[in-house]
Formats: sequence, structure tokens, C-alpha cells
Amino acid sequence: MDDVEKAGVGRNQAPGEGQDRSRPVLELRGIVKRFPGVLANDHISLKLYPGEILALLGENGAGKTTLMNILYGLLPPDEGTVMVRGEPVRFSSPADAIEKGIGMVHQHFMLVPVMTVAENVMLGEEKVHHRFFLDRAGVSEAIRKISERYGLAVDPQAYVQDLPVGIQQRVEIIKLLYRQADILILDEPTAALTPQEVHELFGILKGLAAAGHSLIFITHKLKEALELADRIVVLRRGQVVGETEAARADEATLARMMVGRDVELVVQKPVARPGEPVLTVEDLWVEGEHGEPAVRGVSLEVRSGEIVGIAGVQGNGQTEFMEALVGLRPSRAGRVMLLGRPVTGLSPRQVLEAGVGYIPEDRQRDGLILPFAIEDNLVLDTYYHPPLSRRGWLDRRAIRQRAEKLAQAFDIRTASLGLPVRTLSGGNQQKVIVARELSRSIRLILALQPTRGLDVGSIEYIHQRIVEAREAGAGVLFVSTELDEILALSDRIVVFYRGRIVGTLEAAAADREQLGLLMAGATGTGGVAA
Amino acid sequence: MTGEPEPGARAGGSGTGDGGRVGVGWLATATTRGAVPVLAVLTGLVLGAVIIIVTDQDVIEAWGKIGSQPLALPAAAWASVRDAYRALFAGALGSPYALSESLVTATPYIFAGLAVGLGFRAGLFNIGAEGQLFIGALASVWVGYAITGLPVCVHLPLAVLAGALAGAVWAAIPGYLKARTGAHEVVNTIMLNYVAFRLSDWLINGPMKRPGWVPITPEVQPTAYLPRLFGDPLRLHAGFLLALAMAVAVYWLLFRSVLGFELRSVGANPRAARVAGINVGRTMVVAMAMSGALAGLAGTSQVLGVDHWLGQGFSAGYGFDSIALALLGKSHPAGVVAAALLFGVLRSGATRMQSAAGIPIDIITIIQALVIAFVAADALIRGLFRLRREEQVPAEMFTRGWGG
Repeated sequence: MDDVEKAGVGRNQAPGEGQDRSRPVLELRGIVKRFPGVLANDHISLKLYPGEILALLGENGAGKTTLMNILYGLLPPDEGTVMVRGEPVRFSSPADAIEKGIGMVHQHFMLVPVMTVAENVMLGEEKVHHRFFLDRAGVSEAIRKISERYGLAVDPQAYVQDLPVGIQQRVEIIKLLYRQADILILDEPTAALTPQEVHELFGILKGLAAAGHSLIFITHKLKEALELADRIVVLRRGQVVGETEAARADEATLARMMVGRDVELVVQKPVARPGEPVLTVEDLWVEGEHGEPAVRGVSLEVRSGEIVGIAGVQGNGQTEFMEALVGLRPSRAGRVMLLGRPVTGLSPRQVLEAGVGYIPEDRQRDGLILPFAIEDNLVLDTYYHPPLSRRGWLDRRAIRQRAEKLAQAFDIRTASLGLPVRTLSGGNQQKVIVARELSRSIRLILALQPTRGLDVGSIEYIHQRIVEAREAGAGVLFVSTELDEILALSDRIVVFYRGRIVGTLEAAAADREQLGLLMAGATGTGGVAA
Repeated sequence: MTGEPEPGARAGGSGTGDGGRVGVGWLATATTRGAVPVLAVLTGLVLGAVIIIVTDQDVIEAWGKIGSQPLALPAAAWASVRDAYRALFAGALGSPYALSESLVTATPYIFAGLAVGLGFRAGLFNIGAEGQLFIGALASVWVGYAITGLPVCVHLPLAVLAGALAGAVWAAIPGYLKARTGAHEVVNTIMLNYVAFRLSDWLINGPMKRPGWVPITPEVQPTAYLPRLFGDPLRLHAGFLLALAMAVAVYWLLFRSVLGFELRSVGANPRAARVAGINVGRTMVVAMAMSGALAGLAGTSQVLGVDHWLGQGFSAGYGFDSIALALLGKSHPAGVVAAALLFGVLRSGATRMQSAAGIPIDIITIIQALVIAFVAADALIRGLFRLRREEQVPAEMFTRGWGG
């Protein structure tokens, strides 16, 4: 802990003396990285100054993650140099990067759930006393010091598995600070957080920058880049396409830079005209993965021509609820009626056949068969119907024709429909699922995180398609953890918390604050009864 | 099918040199797919030559005289390898009889390789082909000798179908257990192998024993013989044609039928298959049954086409070798047939190699093992021959085996 103190002191002085704010602490010069068939990074140069928060903004596949993996020693660059504090460096592993004071918080946390915070923090750099015993107390003390200095309140003795996601993320940051990193890279750090947690995280990050740390913040969310960063660098197709002071940028400009064209940021939709109910759920109970009650007595109704959004932090029963509706998970109790017909206990195929379009949460795991051709994925739940097959034999020509029609109608961009679907970008993969599900004759759309991880352009596109389906008379029930999406797309919003509906709001009357509080479990704060 | 990312992704990229490089990469990917098994076979033969050299008596003697006759050593080494491989290929392909014997040996390999390959495609690791082969052979033999007085056109199909059906039922048991309870098919197919071996021991020693002291079954009626394609002494029989027909049928089933689509979906991503409404459990049972039917036919072809009776330990491990065949053929029917022909050639040539060149038959087993190791660990071959890594396209078929 002596080291930590020393480092801390050093850092405290860093912004003021010794370090020149105008000399970059980190510089990338002409970084090139090629993958078979793709130029992932095309002569990227950027500079990071001390005490600065730099947002690296770009769509999926723009090359952000590749660039950061090069910076963190996970990938060697094909060309170009990385300079840390003016010296060229060559990292062959993350350990080298850590050595130079570079730390990374990954999108998926790298923590051991059954260990305490202190144990996780010292993992790989265990402090020992008497040659044999772990110095837990010493590490805890060091953690406490870091916590105090940067407002990262964490109990060092707590087990990681008992901590909420937001706190786990703090543990990741503490891990870096404990290793004396002063260049922090955060890869999409807000993906799993509640709005309140995001707010707190931003406070912490601003504090770190003020104390002299330099931060690179990777994101595809325009609002967050604008709110947090000092400077924003926009990547597109492996190249730096723009750089701007955050104070002088706005969402529309950034979106245009990211996508390369004007983007509709607000979902344009006419006023909903709800018709008869297509889905009625009464007191549904569903068990989770380990037999725990994940959905506890949910009742709701979706009418044709309306979009109902389920808001909530990930893991509050939304997934189990939707999976039960589509027949992928047995329900423990309760009733589900589709178009006035009970569907409880039906198989997924029977539910889909009854007029449900289902967009699963994890497109690569549940929605697509990655090694299969794009055309096969486009008919993954219709292949057994004529004309796609007759008497048990597939008609490849009919399948190709159907796929060509869908690819055109849904703007799926590929060189050939015979290529494996894994060759598509995330946005195009999602379009394959959306095309497949919305092109059947459906009365109800069940969608889980329909735009998760997608870029602005694809989100815009998928939202338009869902609104079109609503206009055509389908009812839509979708789950999202993004407040923006919930507010933009829904006609009506229900909030899930611990397997229950804790609030129902008309979208027009909902505001972010109120939704955020409901998502965090603050019941009884004015949710309008359904 | 080259696994290249969408071209649009690099449309904004720079320079023409980049385009050229991508083009070459595409070509390399296309050629490596078939290249690995071929290079694995070549490497296996080369390493086999090394083993022949270091174990050959003449070479060892030449080594002793290296001082006086330095050139004798390379000459002896060359001679031993040349003689061995010449005998091997003469024994396998050098005469109509040799060729016929190679194809006779390849026949059960084709059936059993298709069986395991079909299982792989459905994400199932059918290690029980050997047991299913025994059960199929038992059923065919029984129908072949116990039912009499039928014309060929009824008796033969009946005996063949009995073998397929028995294998199917035997394999469907672990399939059902997997679908219903999640019990892993690897464990249950292995267990059922032992049941099948002991069951056949008991039947051959008891209810199905031919009168006399030898524990073998009675002779199959000639009306149930798979007919020979040529006159004596060529033993090539109609089972070989049936095997090729099955390969075509499996190809059509896998890639052209609705059932095959479901089967491959379940094999490649059971979760997505289930979400798409496919009945994963039923598909697994059906896939196991079809796999077992093919394995059963391997036994059938052997007893109705070659032996005409069934004795203890009649299979030369076809069922186990078939796992390697499916790997070697990348679970594609055409690949499996090619691999089975290779194994047939090696196996049947090995006998001649032993008698003519004095090279132990075990060398062939070693070469087979090397070939399989190189195909399974294809990184070795890629490193050796500096092949570009292709996208892991076929890998899913095999990795699912232990995942449940």
C-alpha cells in the first residue's frame, strides 16, 4: 500500500507540475490493422492529453475495439506507432500496457464473482506478508484510500457476486487505480447500468480526470459522448472522420459523421390508434434459470396498433417473461391469451404460427445460425412451408428468391446471400432477424432489446420497421434497457422491477427521472395504474 | 462460402494493393479447405516412411557399415521405403483382385463413416457405431438364416432392412435419453457398445449358435446374400453400391431436405433452432436413429456380402475407425467416401506389404493414426505448409459433442 500512496501522491501533483498539459500522454501515429478482407484501422492517429476525457465514437465495426486492443497489447499493429509520454512503445501483452500505466475496463467485467472485492483487486498482483499469507487487510486499506480519494464507495470485504452491476464496475476501476494506471480505457461502460448509475459513473470519471488521469471512453451513444467528454473523435470504417470539442458539437453533427449521412434521431410515428387486444397476460409466474421466481404475477395487455415498452434494468425478469410468452420457457402459473386464444403450454412453433414475430435478446446465440448461409437464416422459421419446401424437400430456388426479396426490402447488404450470416455486421445480422420475423403474417411482435449494440443508422431503420408494423395493425411488446429507446418507441411503458410491474405510464406523459426511479425500485412514485 | 466479411466493410479502405491482397486471400482460403486432409495424408505417409526406415533390418545393418560403405545407408533406406510402398499400392490397387479387396474393405467404412458424420452434423457424438454395427449384423444374420423359402427379391431387402432397423433402434435409445433427460450421448453410446458386445457373445454362444462346437451363427441363406458384382475370386458385392447410394442419399437428406435442414440447425446452434420452432429433442432422436441405421448397415453389408455368418469379434473396429473417417471427411458424405476409400486401400494393401516387403501391418495403423491426428489438429498441417487460417466454418460440428 506504500506504492499506492506514493503513486497517489505523484498523481495528485501530476496535473500541476512536471506534466505539461499540452504534451500528449498517449499518441497513436498512423495505426494500420488489417484482418482478412477488412482494413479495421486505416492510418489512425490520435492524441490523448493529460487530464482529458476523450470519447471515441463510432458505429459497430468502425474499428474502435480493434484500436483499443492494439493500445492494450492484445493485438499487434501492422503499421504505425504507439507513443506513451513521448516514447514509442511496443506491447506484446496487456501486462506491458499495465506496466506503462494503461488500464482497461472491458465491456464485460473481468471479476471473479465468488471472491471479495479486495481479493479481486489484488488478483494477479497478490500482496503477501510472512511470505505465505495474503495481506487482505493491507489491500483493503489501499482500496479504502482509493475509494475516498475518488468517491468510489465500495466495501472491500463484500463478495462481488452480491454487488450490483454499477458497483462491480467501480471495482474494475479500482483495480486499475490500484495498479497505478493513469491512462484509463473504458469500453462501452454504460451498457449494463441504470440511468442513476450512469450519472454516478460520469461523476467519478470526471473526478478522475480532474485528478490528472487521462481517459478514453469508447461509445456509440451520442448523448454520453457529449455529456462526458472534453473532446470527441469519430471513427468510421477504420478511419478518423472527425474530431471536435464536445462543447462545440451537437447530436445531429456527430450522427452525420458516424453514419456518413443525415440520421433521423427521433422516431417519427403517428398517434397510436389501439384496437382490440392481441395479447392478454394474467398473473403470469415464471421460474428463472435456477428455479427462482423470475416473473412474479405479471398481468398486462397489448392491443393491436400500439407499442408497449417494458423498461427495466437487465435481469429483472423481462427476458424470462418474454421467453415464457413465446413458449421457450414453461410458466408456473397464470394465463396467456393470444387473439383471445389461450397459448399457455404451446410449443414455440405453435406460438409463432399463431401470428407472433419474435426477436430474441442475443441475436448470435438465439436468433441466428452463424455458419449457415444468410438465405437459410432468412427462412429459419418458414422453411417448412410451401413454396420454400414441398413434400419434405427444400426448394433452393424458392428459398433464394424469398431471401432476395427480403434482403432488398430490408436493406441487408452483402455480396452474396450464400455467404455465412456471420460475415455480416451486427446491424445487418439484426436486419436478417427482423426481416424474417416481420415478413411473416403476424399480429404480435415480441422483441427483446431489438437494437442492442447496433449503430445509429441500424437503430433508426429497425425502429421505423417496428412502427410500420404497428401501423399495419400489429401489437408490439418490446423490452429495452435503454431509456432513450423506451421513450422514443413506446406508446405505453411498463416498468419491471424484480419480476413485477412497478409502474405503467403513458409514453407521452413519462419523463426520464421518474422512469429511472421506477427502474431502480422506488415504487409508489406516481406510477399511473393501468 | 469463403467466410469473408462483407466487401462493403472495406469499401472505404485504401489503395489497390489492398484489393489484390484480399483476392489472394480468398483463393488461399478456397484451396485450404480441401488441402488439409490431402496434406495430412501425404505427411502421414512421409512420417510412415521415416518409421519404416528406422525400424528396417537392412537399414540398421547399413548403419553399422557406415564407415566402409557410406552410400549403403541412403540406398538401403530408399529401398526399404520403395519396397514397402510399392507393395502397399500393389496390394491395394495393383490388380483387379487387389482393387476389389480394397473396395470390399472400404464398404463398411463408408457406411460407418456416414453414420458418425451424420451424427456430427446434428451435433451428436455417436461413439456407439461399433455397437450398432454388431446389432445390425445380428439382425441381418438372423433374418438371413432363420427365414427360409423366400425369393431373393423379398429375402434380401428384408435382411438389409432388419439390420438398418436394429441399428436405428439401438442408437435411438441414447438419442431419446439425451432429448428427454439431457444424458450425454457419448456416455450412453459407449455403454450400449458393451451391452451390444455381450449380447452378441451370448446370442452366438446360445440361441443363435450353429450346431457344433464353434460359437458362430448358422450360414445365411443364399437368397439373402448381397450378390457379388463379378465372378470368383473377386469378392466385391452389391453392398459397395448400396454404400455409395447411401452417401448420395445422406447428401440429399442433409442439404436438400427439410429434415436435414432441421438436423443441421440443431447441430450448429440448438438454441437458435429451438427459438425458430424446431423440435430439438425429436430431431436428436431422429438423427441418432438414422446414424444408427447407417452403422447397422455397415454390419449388414459385412455379414450378407462377405462373411455370410457371424462369429465373435467379427468387426475389425470399423465402428471406432469411423469416428476418424467422419473427421477426415469433415462430415461431408463425399469426404467420408474419399476417406473410407483411403482407409480401405491402406488396410488391404497392408497385408501385401507385410508378406511381400516384411513390413509389419502395424505401420499402417500408425500412418492412419498420424493422418487422423493431423486432420484433428489441423493447426499442425497449416503451420507446416504455411496455409492461411480459414474461418472456423466446420469446427462447430465437432465442438458441440461435449457441450450437451
